[in-house]
Amino acid sequence: MIVDKDVVLNIAELAQLKIEDHEIDHYVDSLSRILQLVEEMQSVDTQDVEPVSNPLDGIQRLREDQVTEEDQRELFLANAPESEQGLFLVPRVVE
Amino acid sequence: MIHEQSIREILTSLDNKQYSCRELVDHFIARASDADPNLNAFITDTYASARNEADHMDKLRSNGTAPPLAGIPIAHKDIFCTRGVKTTAGSLMLDNFVAPYDATVVEKLSAAGTISIGKTNMDEFAMGSSNENSHYGPVKNPWSEKAVPGGSSGGSAAAVSARLCVAATGTDTGGSIRQPASMCGITGIKPTYGRISRWGMIAYASSLDQAGPMTKSAEDAAILLNVMAGYDEKDSTSANQTVPDYTQSLNQPLKGLKLGFCKEYFGDGLDPKIETAIQTALRQFEAQGAEIVEVSLPSSKHAIPAYYVIAPAEASANLSRYDGVRYGYRCEDPVDLEDLYKRSRSEGLGDEVKQRIMVGSFALSAGYYDAYYKKAQQIRRLIKNDFAQAFEQVDLIIGPTTPSTAFSLGEKTSDPISMYLQDIYTITSNLAGLPAGSFPVGMEAGLPFGLQIIGNYFDEGRILNLAHQFQLESDWHRLTPEATT
Repeated sequence: MIVDKDVVLNIAELAQLKIEDHEIDHYVDSLSRILQLVEEMQSVDTQDVEPVSNPLDGIQRLREDQVTEEDQRELFLANAPESEQGLFLVPRVVE
Repeated sequence: MIHEQSIREILTSLDNKQYSCRELVDHFIARASDADPNLNAFITDTYASARNEADHMDKLRSNGTAPPLAGIPIAHKDIFCTRGVKTTAGSLMLDNFVAPYDATVVEKLSAAGTISIGKTNMDEFAMGSSNENSHYGPVKNPWSEKAVPGGSSGGSAAAVSARLCVAATGTDTGGSIRQPASMCGITGIKPTYGRISRWGMIAYASSLDQAGPMTKSAEDAAILLNVMAGYDEKDSTSANQTVPDYTQSLNQPLKGLKLGFCKEYFGDGLDPKIETAIQTALRQFEAQGAEIVEVSLPSSKHAIPAYYVIAPAEASANLSRYDGVRYGYRCEDPVDLEDLYKRSRSEGLGDEVKQRIMVGSFALSAGYYDAYYKKAQQIRRLIKNDFAQAFEQVDLIIGPTTPSTAFSLGEKTSDPISMYLQDIYTITSNLAGLPAGSFPVGMEAGLPFGLQIIGNYFDEGRILNLAHQFQLESDWHRLTPEATT
């Protein structure tokens, strides 16, 4: 896997990160080194090996769809960078 | 000295009215106020509320309604949400975040009567092995100002090591409790995945993250684990298993205990002094009746690559919540929503965090998922199977915690790979979900190092039992950094 400028910019888009032009070389270099490190995995025979997503092989437990929390809107909004009338504010999305 | 006392000794002193909870808390606050401007172990102090709580605990003590650990001064890693108190995860992203609720771990420890004197410094979002990735600056190792304390729970380890609090909470995704415990000369245990609730613990890699106590001794760790462990319906991966009283098994004789000596852990890259000290400890365990059995964990060598795919992949998903909308850092004057997302994240997150998000986004992206993420999860199975086989022959597996003692500040910051290799012995138990602890077994050139014990699922009691039996016969865990004595 060769990491170049296009790969870096594509991943940055997926990750919603803004990479400045002067940072691109750094990311090309460090991502190349990390992918080289993990490339070693490809030498392992994993044919028919069941992947582990939960170390206890547990299954996702579901709960009843019931309201258990009380309304704490004001408390939660207190951490918002910008809010108005009980809502989170963002720049205009629809013209 | 009060700050050298164990939790049991402190509780006895409080019962005997040798000092009050308030005097106890004031003693630690004085030590922290004195040492911390230099150590940088704390991000936020909660001295004022700690004093109030101490007064309250004194009242409860005098009327006989005090909870079991009433008055014990502790500190929380700044990854645990604390209601009404800034909770940063070591990141500029959360520099203005005041948690609206308590993590289950915080709630349980408060209910037990412990008193938090502050929130400890850490690598940003727990990503790091030296505490140098904190937005709030590095923590110094109390044993040497030039050395790192390890990470990511570096502030908690330094605070306990310097005796600024009796114990602290930590979290461990690839070694973040055990590695700093080793480097600061304290005892730490990462329990079985799911043993302690992750509710309110800021997520890094959800299938690996686990909380645990960081203490002066195995006995103190057992006392705190009793409080911290247990099922929590708020954490869907929390294990619904009864919690034994970990203090009850501390004194079990070691006779007949089978200890696995894993040859893969004693190869190249391990400091020979650490190997010698572990051999010495093994001889001591043998003298106490344990039997040493050689075991093999051949897939361990693939643990670092697998971890550095799985952890970043999960991190990239978990950290997508930091978008500058509901809480956390927001960039100035965003021109549109996309600009708001991208600049808030890029300005609010540090370099190592962004790097791991990039790696993880890549590993999960279309066309690469099978070759990276799924492959890593399959290797995880092989590692888990190795342990299952080993635990058919032995009760515990013994090895080093870290390849060396604490390295120097700045030594590894420019090379991510050499930093990642710090976790070579600790990462496998996270991948397998097994409990593992570290406790001090030696010193080299003025710096402590630990021995790691890995146990079978939910066998934390036996890990603490072995560590406690060692600590009854040795003094490594009682040594403290000169600067603080």
